[in-house]
Amino acid sequence: MKMSLKYYYDLLSQPSRALHIIFRLSGLQFEECPVALRNGEHLTDEFKQNINRFQRVPCINDNGYKLAESVAILRYLSAKGKVPEHLYPKYFVDQARVDEFLEWQHITLRVTCAMYFRTIWLDPLLTGRSPSASKIETLRLHMERTLDIVEEVWLAQSEFLTGPTLTVADVFAACEIEQTRMADYDVRIKYPKIRAWLKRVRAACNPHYDVAHQFVYKISGTGPQAKL
Amino acid sequence: MSSIFKFYYDLMSQPSRALWISFKLGKTPFKDCPVALRKREQLTDEYKQINRFQKVPALVDGDFHLSESIAILRYLSDKGQFSEKLYPKNIKERARVDEFLEWQHLSVRMSCGYYFMQAWLLPINRLAPKPSAENIDKMIKNVESNLSLIERLWLDNDFLTGQQLTVADLFGATEIEQLKLCQYKVNEKKFPKVFKWLQRVRQESNPYFDEAHSFISVKSKQAALAKL
Ligand SMILES: N[C@@H](CCC(=O)N[C@@H](CS)C(=O)NCC(=O)O)C(=O)O
Ligand SMILES: N[C@@H](CCC(=O)N[C@@H](CS)C(=O)NCC(=O)O)C(=O)O
Repeated sequence: MKMSLKYYYDLLSQPSRALHIIFRLSGLQFEECPVALRNGEHLTDEFKQNINRFQRVPCINDNGYKLAESVAILRYLSAKGKVPEHLYPKYFVDQARVDEFLEWQHITLRVTCAMYFRTIWLDPLLTGRSPSASKIETLRLHMERTLDIVEEVWLAQSEFLTGPTLTVADVFAACEIEQTRMADYDVRIKYPKIRAWLKRVRAACNPHYDVAHQFVYKISGTGPQAKL
Repeated sequence: MSSIFKFYYDLMSQPSRALWISFKLGKTPFKDCPVALRKREQLTDEYKQINRFQKVPALVDGDFHLSESIAILRYLSDKGQFSEKLYPKNIKERARVDEFLEWQHLSVRMSCGYYFMQAWLLPINRLAPKPSAENIDKMIKNVESNLSLIERLWLDNDFLTGQQLTVADLFGATEIEQLKLCQYKVNEKKFPKVFKWLQRVRQESNPYFDEAHSFISVKSKQAALAKL
């Protein structure tokens, strides 16, 4: 039988991993379409014309309907009844709490973790040049200002970001934070609540969490149990 | 019966204006709760009780507190208190609007917001010197690379996601309109589609568009005169 939902992703991309884990947890049937960003597979005209005009991952093609942006994809599939309610609540008040996080993270957690990762891991690989110590310091401060809010506000009184159980908010957040392992950042040192929460997220998502993070573990040389 | 919620906002904030215009256009009643960012009212303990992140916009509906503009509009839409024209119910149409709303954070919002803050907000409040011409150029380049994405990828139709005005257009236009304060105007030759689209958005949402931007218009004219 022809699979109707195509999922384009790269496991080195944070939102790609988040959706990969969410799809697996949801028992969703989809066709795996890995895209190797490192080989520039997303930069071809063919990708732009036929797959995603923004030339990014993640994205989907649902029976001819093309959609980009991880959070928009999640909402679309949820509206189609493909994502279980415990991961993305249907009741609007509960859903609003999860949405609040999904909207909040872009310009905070996502930007600062991604910049840290890019500047310290990716750019040197591409250009052969390392960032200055002061640059690293500034990026770390920015990132930690956001991590402080995760630790002190989002995790102030609950086991997960938006309540007592795992939702997609936790999956998105954990995938962003895990990315910084590759830049040798160990979030667990300064942030005891984040540390304990990451363990809970992984346990609630496994085996899918470890599958999605296999390259992160490999590149960073740190498995989930390893000390950095 | 739907309750009248409290809406906390400042018309100097882009997402606040996008919501304010949507409420006016869609005839959503709300209890007016302006917050003066220039007086730092968002940083008081009192306001922290309203919104733990100390930002605008925010909503209080009974004892439910919510921040993040997009989470707010989705919540109100589910409660039947938000215009269906502006935020469609049809799954695919809505996903297109969501695609833009999620995309804009790290593209339009980040580049316009940064330029606005560095070139106008901080200097005018004597919190930082005016950036060098070279830095301004960099910021403008960044803004324009995003305008060019709108020009090429989002404007096949009259509006960003089709032939009708939606919240996507309001979120996009309020970010760009604010740059008038930096004496930045969208160049019709460089970005003909964006230029015409901005006019259409204004027309479609007036008189509220102009009302929401009246302070920005006055200030930007004063600043232009002062330069002469
Ligand atoms: N806001 C987007 C972000 C998408 C994105 O930035 N994807 C990155 C990988 S994490 C990408 O494809 N980058 C390739 C490029 O920019 O060339 C989402 O959440 O889906
Ligand atoms: N992503 C948020 C952005 C909120 C935001 O950044 N608000 C700004 C004004 S545009 C603010 O309240 N700034 C005050 C401050 O940071 O102290 C949303 O869309 O609601």
